[in-house]
Amino acid sequence: MEAFKDLVNTFSSPTILFTVTLASFFFIFPPSDWFDKWHRRLGLYLLWTKKGFIIITIGMLGFFIVGLGDANFRSIVLKPDNVPISGLIFLLFFFTWLSMRQAYRNDERMEAGEKPDEYYEPPNDKALVWPDLVYVEFISLILFSAFLMVWSVGLPAPIEEPANPTESPNPAKAPWYFLGLQELLVYFDPWLAGVVFPSLIIVGLMAIPFLDRNPEGSGYYSYKNRKFAIAMFMFGWLILWNMLIIVGTFLRGPNWNFFGPFEYWDIHKLEPLTNINLSEFVFVKWLQTGLPDNILIREMWGFVVLGIYFVILPPLLAKTLLKRFYDNLGSFRYAIFVVLLLTTILLPIKMYLRWIFNLKYIIAIPEYFFNI
Amino acid sequence: MAETDKKTATKDPGRRPPAALDHSSESAIVTRRSFFSWLSFGWLAFIAATGGFFTMMLRFFFPNVLFEPEQTFRAGFPDDYVKGEVDLRWKDKFGVWMVRNDEGIYALSTVCTHLGCTPNWLSNERKFKCPCHGSGFQASGINFEGPAPRPLERYRIVLADDGQIIVDKTRKFQQEKGQWSDPEAFLKV
Repeated sequence: MEAFKDLVNTFSSPTILFTVTLASFFFIFPPSDWFDKWHRRLGLYLLWTKKGFIIITIGMLGFFIVGLGDANFRSIVLKPDNVPISGLIFLLFFFTWLSMRQAYRNDERMEAGEKPDEYYEPPNDKALVWPDLVYVEFISLILFSAFLMVWSVGLPAPIEEPANPTESPNPAKAPWYFLGLQELLVYFDPWLAGVVFPSLIIVGLMAIPFLDRNPEGSGYYSYKNRKFAIAMFMFGWLILWNMLIIVGTFLRGPNWNFFGPFEYWDIHKLEPLTNINLSEFVFVKWLQTGLPDNILIREMWGFVVLGIYFVILPPLLAKTLLKRFYDNLGSFRYAIFVVLLLTTILLPIKMYLRWIFNLKYIIAIPEYFFNI
Repeated sequence: MAETDKKTATKDPGRRPPAALDHSSESAIVTRRSFFSWLSFGWLAFIAATGGFFTMMLRFFFPNVLFEPEQTFRAGFPDDYVKGEVDLRWKDKFGVWMVRNDEGIYALSTVCTHLGCTPNWLSNERKFKCPCHGSGFQASGINFEGPAPRPLERYRIVLADDGQIIVDKTRKFQQEKGQWSDPEAFLKV
């Protein structure tokens, strides 16, 4: 038992957890034919069958039930704030499974020359608002209200002591739906993680219908015809949004240190996190000259790195890896697409740089609140 | 059928238009002059109503109760502070940490430079650690851990005539702007 807990705690260290998740993610949601080949060969498509659902659900339930025997795990999971997040894990898997199973079934049907499952012959392809739709909505409304009442009675609101500007709770956690953004705030300057990225998420979601004009899969679930679109969306949704919420809920403890789910929340846990900016890496560590006085010369290397990433890389990708997209989208829409894509990928890159090299900022101009 | 009805309805001279369109009705004579006075009256009422509404909204921007703790306070005598210690006695009331080192005393702001939470002083590790995003600061206020982009701010600190320390929070000194070398940012003892 202890060995199992130690194993889970070790696995929960961000580097291992993210590496394993990222490495396996695109085999589970294959974005291209090559990944799809391995997806089939490794049998990962079995996840989206009934058997897969039962095995994964039992596995997750077993983990929670066994884990509740541990005092540290119990205190985190049963905290009224965190109960919804435990539920979210199961719901997230359920709905992902549901839509993926439907998509895979439709793929098979269409391969066999049949219409998708959602297709009805014309007079039957419409539903009446009254009474059919309203009736269903009404029942869900009543059931949900009843559920909410039971919940609010059963789990008292986690009310704390009166607010005091000079006393922040330790750890001070955002509402659960913002924990992903709070996690990003650890790696990025507030104006980026709090303003630019949320805006980009909204703008990016609005841009999807203009960037992805593939008519296949419209009105029914399917995977085969829209591999890349679904894989990229799932990456942003499951990894960059939900997984960060789960990490923020279960793995962040006092002083915003990382803790394993079975680890005691020790306020005095010592983690050396001395962070260094890229300019200090270059000038102090490698060139050993000391930081130049001129801000622009000091941060030159950060600008060069980001310049390569956002200016040189897109045309290179247009000729190689993303050639198909460049040909399909044209230069203007390709530019928007690739900037959104690269920004999305920048998030995990920056997180890794922080974890592995303790890199603080690529460009660090605190004099003018400009840190990236 | 409906088509022909429509045509005859407009062309039939014997039928009267509906009451609302009946300009010949004597009860609703609106002259050009009275039309304009009614129009100006309407606009004035509209402006008055919206003006009143916006005045009310503007009023919301000003607080009913002001929470303004004193910005300048007497912090006792230099001997009250132990060398090498971070003193927490003014944290709750004024948001200031008093730190005394071998050369003197300085007053650190308790506001994290990342997003404004209040860090905790961890005496064993000898660092300030922010519970919100994990920023860490040395006792000097220099940021060395986590996302905080710049060091904690210091407040103006001087000696009064009676030998007491005066901390003035209206003046801040920022290290990244080279202001910590200002004589009022550090009280030599």
